[in-house]
This record gives sequence, C-alpha cells and structure tokens, in this order.
Amino acid sequence: MRNVSTRKNFRTLALTTALASASLLAGAQETFKIGVVSFLSGQAAESFGIPAVNGAKVLVDAFNKGQAPAPYNKKGFGGMPIEALYIDENGGATKQVQELRNLYDREKVDAVVGYVGSGDCLAVAPVAEEMKKFLILYDCGTPRIFEDGKYNYVFRTAAHATMDNVALARYLKSRNVPVKSYNMINQDYAWGQDSRKDFMFSMEKLYPDAKPGEDQLPKFGAGQYGTEISALMAKPADLVHSSLWGGDLQAFIMQSAPRGLFKRSQVVLSAGDHVLPSLGEKVPDGTILGARGAYGLMAPKSALNDWWWESYSKANNVYPVQAPYRMAQALLGLKLAAEKAMAANGGKKPTAEQLAAALKNSEWDSPAGKIRMTLGGGNQAIQETAIGRTRWDAGKKMVMIEDIQRFPAECVNPPANMKSDDWLKAGFPGAKCN
Amino acid sequence: MGLAVTILIDGLTYASWLFIVALGLTLVFGVLKILNIAHGSFYALGAYAAATFVGWVATMKWAPGWSLVAMLLAAIAIAVLIAPLTERGLLRFFYGHDEVLLVLVTYALFLCMEDITKLIWGANPYYVSEPYSLFGNVEIGNQIYVGYDFLLVVLAVVVGVAVWWALNRTRQGKIVTAVIHSPEIASSMGIQVSKVYMHAFGVGVFLAALGGAFTAPMISVQPGVSVGVIILSFAVVIIGGLGSIEGAAIGALIVGLARAFAVHVVPVAELFSIYVVMAFVLMVRPEGLFQRIQARKI
Repeated sequence: MRNVSTRKNFRTLALTTALASASLLAGAQETFKIGVVSFLSGQAAESFGIPAVNGAKVLVDAFNKGQAPAPYNKKGFGGMPIEALYIDENGGATKQVQELRNLYDREKVDAVVGYVGSGDCLAVAPVAEEMKKFLILYDCGTPRIFEDGKYNYVFRTAAHATMDNVALARYLKSRNVPVKSYNMINQDYAWGQDSRKDFMFSMEKLYPDAKPGEDQLPKFGAGQYGTEISALMAKPADLVHSSLWGGDLQAFIMQSAPRGLFKRSQVVLSAGDHVLPSLGEKVPDGTILGARGAYGLMAPKSALNDWWWESYSKANNVYPVQAPYRMAQALLGLKLAAEKAMAANGGKKPTAEQLAAALKNSEWDSPAGKIRMTLGGGNQAIQETAIGRTRWDAGKKMVMIEDIQRFPAECVNPPANMKSDDWLKAGFPGAKCN
Repeated sequence: MGLAVTILIDGLTYASWLFIVALGLTLVFGVLKILNIAHGSFYALGAYAAATFVGWVATMKWAPGWSLVAMLLAAIAIAVLIAPLTERGLLRFFYGHDEVLLVLVTYALFLCMEDITKLIWGANPYYVSEPYSLFGNVEIGNQIYVGYDFLLVVLAVVVGVAVWWALNRTRQGKIVTAVIHSPEIASSMGIQVSKVYMHAFGVGVFLAALGGAFTAPMISVQPGVSVGVIILSFAVVIIGGLGSIEGAAIGALIVGLARAFAVHVVPVAELFSIYVVMAFVLMVRPEGLFQRIQARKI
C-alpha cells in the first residue's frame, strides 16, 4: 500500500515537474523574432549593409539587457527577449521575395526589418502585404512605395529621397552659392534617377536661371569613372551634383579629386557622409554633403544620441554613419510599437495587426531627432535633416562637418496626400521652414 | 578636335585596363576551353593582395616607388598560390565534360571566392592610393589627367607584346599553340598537356590579378569588385573572338572607345553602346572579329 502511494506521489511529482518544465520552456521560448535583412555581401555591404547590421546587434543586445535609455529601457520588447536573424540582401529582388517568405513561413519571425535597395523594397512590400505580415523598410529611398501603393502591414521608418535633394538645393540657396549651371552624375537605377529628378525639380524652383549641363548616369558598381570625370570637366559648371554612394562614391572621389574636379566646381553629395571615416583626408575640403537625415556628425545633440554614438563606436571602433542610424530608428520605433501593442493586449506577444495599428501615425525620439509617421496614410516617416561642408581636421585626424544647417521635416518633405513630384513641381506648397 | 582627343585618351585608358584582364580570360579559354567566370574573383584577389602588399611597403617606410613592385609581386603571389590550387584541385576533374558544366563550376567558384575574400580581408574597404599620385598630373587641353592612368596604357602594351611574343616566338609558345589546336595530337607527340594547362591557367590568373593589383590604387577595394569587370571582359573577348590575343586587344579598344564616345556624346547610352557593338559584331561575325571558323570535331 505504501509502495503504491509512494509510486503515485512520485508520478504526481514527475508530472508536475514535467508540466512546470514545459511551461518554463514555453516561457523561455516566447521570444520576439526579428528578421533583419541587409547587404552582408556585394557592393552595398561595406557602406550600408554591414554597418546597419552592426547597429542592429548593438541595439538588440542593449534592449535584451535593458541597457538602453528611457523610454527604451524595458528589457527586450516589453520584457520579451528579442531574437534577431540576419539575412543577406544580396542576390536580387526575386531572391529577396523568396527569403522574405522563408522568414515568415519557416522561421516564423514576428517582424522583418530590412532592405537597402529600392528595387528590393518595391518587390517585397506587396508580398508582406499579401501575406498580412509586419514589415519595416528601414533604408531604401524611392518615394514610389507609399506614393504609388497603399499598405496596412508595411512601414518605412525613414524619410524618402526627396528630402535629401530639396535640402541640398535649399542649403545652396541659403548660403548664397552662385549657380548658373550644374552638372550631375548619378547611378543608373531607381535611386540615382529619382535623386537626379528631385534635384533638378528643386533647382528649377530655387535657381530658375541655373541650366543643367552634363547628365552622367553610370551603371551601379562601375568603379572606373575616368571618362565621366573628363565629361564633367569638359563642360565646366558651377556645381556638380551626385547621389553616388558606397564604393562608387569612394572611387569617384579618389579619381576626380586628383584631377581637380572639386576645385573647378562646387561638388554636392546628397548621401556622402558614410565615406568620411574611411576616405579621411582624401575628401576635399568644402564639399557640401548630406547624410539622408541628421545623422552621424550632423546628428542633433541629445542624451539618446550620445548613448547611441558611444555604444556603436565602442562596439565597432568607428562612429555611426547614416545606415546604422536608420536601423536604430527602425528598431526603436518597432520597440515602442510592440510595447504599446502589448500594453493594449494584456502583455501578450502582439500580432502583425496589433503592431501595425501601434506604429501607424506614431512618433518617437531617435538619435537623429523625432521620427513621425505622417505620410503614406501613417506608414511613411518624415524627419528633420541636415547639410554641411567638409573640413579635414589634422589634429583629430578626421573629417569634420561644419557650417551645418538643419531643416525641419515639414520644410523638406511633401505634405500628406501629395506626391513628391507634384510638390516639387508646384514649388513646395505648404513647406514650413522656420 | 578637343573632344576627339579627350574621347581617344579616355577610350585608350579604359581599354588598357580592360585588355589586361580580358587577355587572361581569352588565354584560358583558348587553351583550356573554359569560360572562366571566376576570373573576376582572381581580379579581386589581385586588388586585395596589392592593398596588403602596398600596406606593408608603407609600414616599412620604403620609398613610394616600391609600391609598384609590391603590386607586381602581389599579382605573382596570387597566381602562384591560387592557380595550381584551382586548376589541379578542381578544374582538371571536369576536363572533357560539357563546357556548360565548366561554366557552372567556375560560377560556383566565383561565389565561394566572394565569401573567401571577405573571410580573409573582411568587409571594410582598403585604400592604396599612394601609387596613384606617383606620376603626377598631365594637362592636355582643358583636361587634367592623372599620370598613373598612362602607366596602365604602357602596362597593357608591355603585357600584350610579352604574351604575343611568348606564344609566337618561343618554343613553349609553340607547344601551347599545338595544345590549342589539338590536345590529343599534342599529347601523342609527347607534350604534357596537363602541364600546359596548368601553366596557361597560371598566366591567366596572373593577368587577372595584375589587372586588379594595378586598379587597386584608383578604387576602394571592397566586396563586389569582382562583378563588373567580368561582364565587361566577356564583352571584349566575344567581340574579339574567344581565344584570340589580337582579338582581345581590338575588342578592348572598341569597347573603350565606344564607351568613351557614348559618355561624352550620349551619356544615357553608356552601357548600351558596349552591347550594341557586341551585338553588331556577332551579327556580322558570330565567331568574333579574330577567330577563324573551325571545323567541328566528331
């Protein structure tokens, strides 16, 4: 009898232990899975993909340890640990569509944050929408995504490319840079062509007498720019505009600076900040450049930016430039949205619908200033930006940016329900610059 | 007149760079009958190795002129290390198989090499711009050129003449020519065909690496540099005729000049200009400008 009772007790204990373990295990497995997609190989890896992923690692680690400053100081997402999967964006849009499906269907991620390439963004956004899965586009610049389409599950937490070129033209005007003619060199794909068009439209309004001259459109990854530089120098203009980036921009600067292009014309680079740490004194003084936001050396002073700058620099031995900043603002926005949704649903892991509802029309503080989801039906962000001039500081052995001018978000972004092209052609109606 | 001279100079400098790389590609195809997609990877390896070697020269505070020697040694080192490993360790197992299979093998190798270079050198860019300023600037008309660009023209001429002379005026060259025409008959005459393959592949790798090494000072060496060059090199050898040295030279010149003309006159047609020339040549001479029609062996 005693044996039976003991056996029974033992069984009960075993069952209880098993159930407790199972429930503990279930608790331990309740993580928030994020698929982070960025270029880990190929030509966009060094300048954008890898710095952005490095930024994501710094933030995810800080979130999981509860070390980020308030209001981002809860561990994980509302106490739920974050698990990040890093996927290579290289390989083209078709591959990215398949990878996105894999992330949602096989890896069961709760959200995807990714995509540098405008072509990739245009390809994956409809897929996430069709699957009713949550997607944040953190980097790509083409305005077309939310101007030509309507989404419930897809968001972009950074401003689109129109802002960059409007800000450049406004900077030139406010600094009284004389421009009677200008040449351009942009890559021959969505980003380069959109940037070129936005700059031309902006110049038409702000410098109506300025005439566009050379209009070079080399292919992405060309590497050799000798002929293009000759063409730019053969028809000298007051200004040379370029949205080149990454290895292309580095090669262009290395090949054109010794040939005197930067001395013959004022060169303006819409997205040039990220080459400053690597090129150093090879970047000619006085180059006017933007960072596609108030990023890096042009970021506004704040406790959040100080923390981010220090955390990133310590982990990577280089200061953060535009790509990690944009990754940071995406993850900070996602964190607040997840926690807002969890607060509303009783602390459970939020669904894609709950995440989308929480992020729509929201706003949050980022190291680059306030991010506000005001365009594209509340799914597209606007933010302030900044433009400045380079100067090599021999003492600090780094390129500094000086004569910085900040532009409020409403000054350089179109208003809601107005397409970028229409806004530019109409002469920036509703822009608030003071 | 000014524009014509500018187009000529731009076309010539671009063609020189292309010729050095395409020469290796066409040589490997001529001898081994391999359309080697991994050729772009050897170009990238040459660039990375040059960056490392020039970095050492700078660390040792040697005179900047030594960086040119370092770049040459980098290309030799890549050829000596990589060519036997690739040819003996991989490609020889596929000789005699369909040429398409070999293309796929070299494509797989290309993808592997992209990651291998990243494993060795990381994703951060390397700069070796010191040699770029060694030759100062040259002013022609309203243009300022970097003297180094003209070094590439000299290098291309030297390399082209050396390879032509080696193939046409030396005993080893005649052996290679015999293998090109018929490996079976060459073998029956006592020629070690596998050795010829290995050496020819080594020279091909050296030329790719040399192209990469001497391009390194003009670019930031980083992942992805291998892609663009291989596509252009294919266009060059298709125009010139696969396996033809003269064809590679003329093909490179045509591509360089067509591109320079387009960039200066119709910039939007820059890429189109190269491939329209290629399409035209293929329409008129499907085998390329310098390849003779060969009887198909049964």
